[in-house]
Amino acid sequence: MALLTVQDLTLGYEGRTLVSHLNFSLEEGDYLCIVGENGSGKSTLMRTILGLQPPVSGQVLFREGLKSSHVGYLPQQTPIQRDFPASVEEIVRSGFQGRCGLRPFYDREEKAMARENMERMGVLDLRDRCYRELSGGQQQRVLLARALCAARKVLLLDEPVSGLDPKATGEMYDLLEGLNREGLALIMISHDIGAALTYASHILHLGQQVFFGTREAYQNSAVGRRFVEREGDSL
Amino acid sequence: MIGTLLHYLEYPFVRYALVVGVLIALCSSLLGVTLVLKRYSFIGNGLSSVAFGAMTVATVLDMTNEMTLVLPVTVLCAVLLLSAGQRAALKGDAAVAMVSVGALAFGYMLMNIFSTSSNLSADVCSTLFGSTSILTLTIREVVLCIVLSVAVVAAFVLFYHKIFAVTFDESFAQATGTNARAYNLVIAVIVAVIIVLAMNLVGSLLISALVIFPALSAMRVHKTFLSVTICSAILSVACALAGLLVSILGGTPVGSTIVAVNAVAFGIFSLIGRLKGGVSRG
Repeated sequence: MALLTVQDLTLGYEGRTLVSHLNFSLEEGDYLCIVGENGSGKSTLMRTILGLQPPVSGQVLFREGLKSSHVGYLPQQTPIQRDFPASVEEIVRSGFQGRCGLRPFYDREEKAMARENMERMGVLDLRDRCYRELSGGQQQRVLLARALCAARKVLLLDEPVSGLDPKATGEMYDLLEGLNREGLALIMISHDIGAALTYASHILHLGQQVFFGTREAYQNSAVGRRFVEREGDSL
Repeated sequence: MIGTLLHYLEYPFVRYALVVGVLIALCSSLLGVTLVLKRYSFIGNGLSSVAFGAMTVATVLDMTNEMTLVLPVTVLCAVLLLSAGQRAALKGDAAVAMVSVGALAFGYMLMNIFSTSSNLSADVCSTLFGSTSILTLTIREVVLCIVLSVAVVAAFVLFYHKIFAVTFDESFAQATGTNARAYNLVIAVIVAVIIVLAMNLVGSLLISALVIFPALSAMRVHKTFLSVTICSAILSVACALAGLLVSILGGTPVGSTIVAVNAVAFGIFSLIGRLKGGVSRG
């Protein structure tokens, strides 16, 4: 069975339908990019998959044994975080909160794994530093390390490179590619169609026309060609 | 001066006031960081006005134990204000402001209509700015305060990591399986208990100072959540002690003296923060 199956999903709010009757599935090791214009329902879809928002109709099914607490999430930054006095280590460890249940403190294994994830993301040296003093790229890597603490199989990313400079953007994509190779399935909202076509294995295009399929199929489809052309012009 | 102080300390009511003052200062500082960052700095004022309103109702009804009405009403309002969050029709500051002034007006009106005392303005003044009632505590009130304080500190320590996770990133916490709503509820209840406790010390109008000043001061200098929390707790206790001693020796009003000491501490911490080249945002 697929890791995640979206069945006949209709999304929207306040009576406005954004996406109707959407079907797709995600297999282990997939790298899915969600593309489409602003307001086409990309973030709403992601919030629905995460269980933060109920769908209008249809459902999101996880493979048996996979729960929402096994999903990692890299949200967009909020204004609160820019003022937040917190060390890198405190933030990364908070990724385990979902599995803690009512247990008040982190156990030794979790602390060790947090350390490991910081090392994987190259922020171990920064662990005692204050989050708000880091560069944008460093902050994203910290949040990625936190997401890894929560993720077993799937990682959802909401525009992980927005606001990053080209160098940090490149590093971020490299890190994500590495994680995907290690077997983590990725679902990423992206405004960067070029990167989506470079790294993704599958593309979900939301908008007037909906497309789901492999990257190659998308590049050969009418909707894909048109979108790539338009985005290429606006760059 | 030390002699005078020692003389005063021989009186049990002075010792009670110091114990209660320190405990309330400790409790009120704990959630300051969370409230400041969630943009709820004024929740203290809102809730204490509600507590004031509830207290006048209790007085009018001639209830023997006001707490049985005041505490539940304040907890209920805290839950409504804090858990409404983003989805509410009236958002954060507007809702807090509305509840705050509404309850204040309602309470004052009730006090006027059903006045039981001959000196109304003094009654109102002492509820708003904290009274000498901190110096007239009975042993029962002291015990109640100790019990509630222990409960607040215990709840805070047990939920510390969850409060951090929910404050730092509510969406992430909720998405990865933390029951963010439940913990927002826990935060609301703790806040309400603290406010009701602290009303005795500084009164409804100055209560926000006790909640946010220590956190803001600590945030000038410290940079991790743990160090900010510990620093603001210590600072709050120190300021309360200093304020109480000054007001006992100098005969100044208790509440406003403590707040003044907190304000001075904030100035000093800002200066230290700037000298250390730290961040000057808050």
